[in-house]
Amino acid sequence: MDGNFNDALTGEQKIRNFNINFGPQHPAAHGVLRLVLELDGEIVERCDPHIGLLHRGTEKLMESRTYLQNLPYFDRLDYVAPMNQEHAWCLAIEKLTGTEVPRRASLIRVLYSEIGRILNHLLNVTTQAMDVGALTPPLWGFEEREKLMVFYERACGARLHAAYFRPGGVHQDLPPALIDDIDTWADEFPAVLDDISELLTENRIFKQRNADIGVVSEQDALDWGFSGVMVRGSGMAWDLRRAQPYECYDEFDFQIPVGKNGDCYDRYLCRMAEMRESLKIIKQACAKLRVEKGDVLARGKLTPPARGEMKTSMEALIHHFKLYTEGFHVPAGEVYAAVEAPKGEFGVYLVADGSNKPYRAKLRAPGFLHLQAMDYLAKGHQLADVAAIIGTMDVVFGEIDR
Amino acid sequence: MTEALNELGAHIELKRPDCVLSYAIENDELTVHIAPSSLVAFVEFLKSDATCRFSTLVDITAVDYPTRDARFDVVYHFLSMYQNQRLRVKTAVREADMVPSIIDPYPAANWFEREVFDMYGILFTGHPDLRRILTDYGFRGYPLRKDFPTTGYTEVRYDEAQKRVVYEPVTLVQEYRQFDFMSPWEGAEYILPGDEKQDEAKG
Repeated sequence: MDGNFNDALTGEQKIRNFNINFGPQHPAAHGVLRLVLELDGEIVERCDPHIGLLHRGTEKLMESRTYLQNLPYFDRLDYVAPMNQEHAWCLAIEKLTGTEVPRRASLIRVLYSEIGRILNHLLNVTTQAMDVGALTPPLWGFEEREKLMVFYERACGARLHAAYFRPGGVHQDLPPALIDDIDTWADEFPAVLDDISELLTENRIFKQRNADIGVVSEQDALDWGFSGVMVRGSGMAWDLRRAQPYECYDEFDFQIPVGKNGDCYDRYLCRMAEMRESLKIIKQACAKLRVEKGDVLARGKLTPPARGEMKTSMEALIHHFKLYTEGFHVPAGEVYAAVEAPKGEFGVYLVADGSNKPYRAKLRAPGFLHLQAMDYLAKGHQLADVAAIIGTMDVVFGEIDR
Repeated sequence: MTEALNELGAHIELKRPDCVLSYAIENDELTVHIAPSSLVAFVEFLKSDATCRFSTLVDITAVDYPTRDARFDVVYHFLSMYQNQRLRVKTAVREADMVPSIIDPYPAANWFEREVFDMYGILFTGHPDLRRILTDYGFRGYPLRKDFPTTGYTEVRYDEAQKRVVYEPVTLVQEYRQFDFMSPWEGAEYILPGDEKQDEAKG
């Protein structure tokens, strides 16, 4: 009546922002992520990720272990695609010691790196779909992951913590039957991908939850140091396999899928397309491996002698003993070796002092930088979108917390 | 590869002679040494210069050399997606020194600088939020310094009586095993059983 409604609000009714604690035990947090969210209604105003809940001090531990003993630590970083991490470590050591990897070993590494990429993308795409409400994709995806992990097991004896790539090559040769089976699987897998794609790509709910969510522009990607799909989803064709080829990637024929809008949906499409590209590489690698015979380890100081030799040669026996107790020495120097891991650029900065242990090893995890931009990306989005954004960032706490 | 790096190194030194102390190429990687005071101006140059265009900050870390006067090396890795080049920038700092934060040109430096602070105790001036990042809430000490023991100082366990997690000093059932492979083998200094009789017989 008199236009004065101030008395209607008491102190208790004043609206203030609401803080919630997301995680550390939350199924959509993809691990032990604790987010402190400041909400205005359902809109995220501020997002402060607390990480380090899975910190194991890997870098400190590595300083007191030999180069070879350090290798298994890499499986425990990004445990979704273990061999890709080992690869970076092997490349760093090989660069410092100047070791040439035999061609067959190089092909096997490429083959298993791509299997790792599919392992990772399958997990990421399907669990991200689960975060936004689809329950079937993870079940279908995990069935394929299971088959891939059997390939891991048949190569190295372990489904997850492989320790298969070694400085100077790979631990053991692949039997011909395994190569055939991988090849057969690569023929069957596109049908499964089509099924998953049919469930998701044109799904109305999936699109509503992902399109125009968490948009990363080209400048954002550079400023925040993104790599991998986070960059490619924004339209930049940046892939270390192509830009700075390592191993023998330069002789493989594959495309680099890029997105247009840089949103969660484009990143999903990128991952789906990348799996198909990885399949191409797997097919080519299998074909090459059938032709290419030979040793899988650069025989020398870095690698153990052949088993048969150890039975007859005293020197070989001494070499074996010294290699697995003292370990090999790496000449002093520093090196940065990076691989295109499924999540982005995984790098190892290795400072060697000429002894059998690294003086300092820094592991550069792609997820660390992606999660860092969480505050920037989630600001202004709804609370429910936080889960979608975390999902397509592809965070795994093994590598972020180290 | 090395030639292009040489050119790049010479170019950077030519354009910024006041910043660059020296540059070197090892293992096909270019390392530029600079003084901490010129860091911000130098990285801004790296980002904007047309032949550099180091658009992405890849990594910041530190290395501890306890015997050196300037104890820490702070190491920056940059990547240019346009020129397809990598660059390492190193700057040596003393324990009490502060390093300027490069968070303005590179927002990605935020967590890296927090991590270096967490692990080495190096302070960054101009950082808006220099909290610990990886270690536990209320952690003390700087774990990646060489004088920090790998076992740490405290351990945690759940106390059934107090119904909460308690912090206790580390107790080890056996010595932390560090095998010394570096010193040459010099034989053991012990007397074999029976050997002492030899001296007795002589004496």
